[in-house]
Amino acid sequence: MSEAAAIHVGVEPQEAPLTPENWGKLGMWLFLAGDAMSFGSLIVGYGILRHASSNWPVPSSILGINLTAFMTFLLIVSSVWMVLSLSAIQKGDKARFKKFLSLVILGGLIFLGCQAYEWTHLITEVLPHHNLAFGKDLFATTFFVLTGFHGLHVTGGVIYNTCVLVAVSRDRYQAKHVEIAGLYWHFVDLVWILIFTFVYLL
Amino acid sequence: MSETTHQEPNYMGVFWWLLILTILEVAVIYVPIVRIAVVILLVSMAISKATLVALYFMHLKFEPRTLALIALCPFILCVFLILMLTPDIFPR
Repeated sequence: MSEAAAIHVGVEPQEAPLTPENWGKLGMWLFLAGDAMSFGSLIVGYGILRHASSNWPVPSSILGINLTAFMTFLLIVSSVWMVLSLSAIQKGDKARFKKFLSLVILGGLIFLGCQAYEWTHLITEVLPHHNLAFGKDLFATTFFVLTGFHGLHVTGGVIYNTCVLVAVSRDRYQAKHVEIAGLYWHFVDLVWILIFTFVYLL
Repeated sequence: MSETTHQEPNYMGVFWWLLILTILEVAVIYVPIVRIAVVILLVSMAISKATLVALYFMHLKFEPRTLALIALCPFILCVFLILMLTPDIFPR
């Protein structure tokens, strides 16, 4: 062990300095923290309205759990594809990167398709049958606000990832840009995990 | 915020944990146990899954504390929000 290394044994490593190369990642984390506050407020508001309501229906008896469990699985798998695409671009394997990021985009599109189907089914068949409707009942209103806000984030993620895929293909973006896009996509997955539990299962 | 110099996490291991927890979550709602136990189990599993995603997929485990503190802020706000609204949720 060198003298310099010996001196630092047992000393906590210093934090990496905030260099311009890292500003993008810091900016994304700050954005995600703000976005998490928006989702957090919506979920807490949902919980309070539900608690205050005397006739809140059991969500699993109205909402399709099997479909949303599949949608949860899809987002988890797409998160794995995202980290695999990042790993590939960090190793300089562009072909593998393109394959996995394309799968992430496809996963996002299938998720949105499932959500469109779910909404259509609820609006046209299920909710009228239970005398629940958007704007008339808090159950329906909070459901559409929360899942709709999340759906907009998935839409944004699909567009963002597509832009990253094109930019990397044209050598305009590098691995650090993919890492930042990955943070956003994992956040979308993380929020859905919470929505799935609080809105669909509980 | 180091460039990725840490050893690559076992992503497939994390995936299997997330999958198992999701299956358990769906199974729990069909188990005939008291409501409070269902709530505790579901919330615990959801927080575990969210933590796994943040630590390993978002690499928070390998980042400096500054980023962990930024990530923690929204949760502190949520706890604060719940505490401030408690008098309205459980009126005397």
